[in-house]
Amino acid sequence: MIKSELVDALAERHPHLYQRDVERVVATVFDEISAALTRGDRVELRGFGAFSVKQREERQGRNPRTGETVSVPQKRVPFFKTGKELRERINVDFNPEA
Amino acid sequence: MASRTVTRADLSEAVYRELGLSRAESADLVEAILEQIAEALARGEKVKISSFGTFEVREKRGRVGRNPKTGEEAPIDPRRVLAFRPSHVLKDRMNEGLNGAA
Repeated sequence: MIKSELVDALAERHPHLYQRDVERVVATVFDEISAALTRGDRVELRGFGAFSVKQREERQGRNPRTGETVSVPQKRVPFFKTGKELRERINVDFNPEA
Repeated sequence: MASRTVTRADLSEAVYRELGLSRAESADLVEAILEQIAEALARGEKVKISSFGTFEVREKRGRVGRNPKTGEEAPIDPRRVLAFRPSHVLKDRMNEGLNGAA
């Protein structure tokens, strides 16, 4: 599923809204999550999961082509931990032998 | 910088502010987005939100694990896990200005 398909599915269930408003709702939600992570905040959506920010310190890396040592700057990376309910849902009907 | 926790209420509030829909409908829509994503993932689909990231279901084989506290062996069944891969847009945004001229 891609973002436009998500918008279509929502628009179908909210027929009184314009498609472009549904698009703005979806954009607003993901932009809000991105903004929170950019501020260093955590985003907790019970039953779905939680996004947090991990800090990676500066380290010495190596250019794999030249073998040259380069310094990799510190960076922040988003991390997602699946919520309990969603973890259970993706495993319902899961039969690995099938 | 004090870190706070953003919840569904904050997302609904943002939708309410941006779109001017009622608070109840804003909350419904936030819930509906999460529900649609969860349903797609439960069907085994990958969910790709451009400029945010991709949620993907991966299958893990069963293995013998160990209780780290007691050292006891315990079988771990085959299972599905969810992986989130952030998009470059999100990663870049989070690191803008972090190292001076980024």
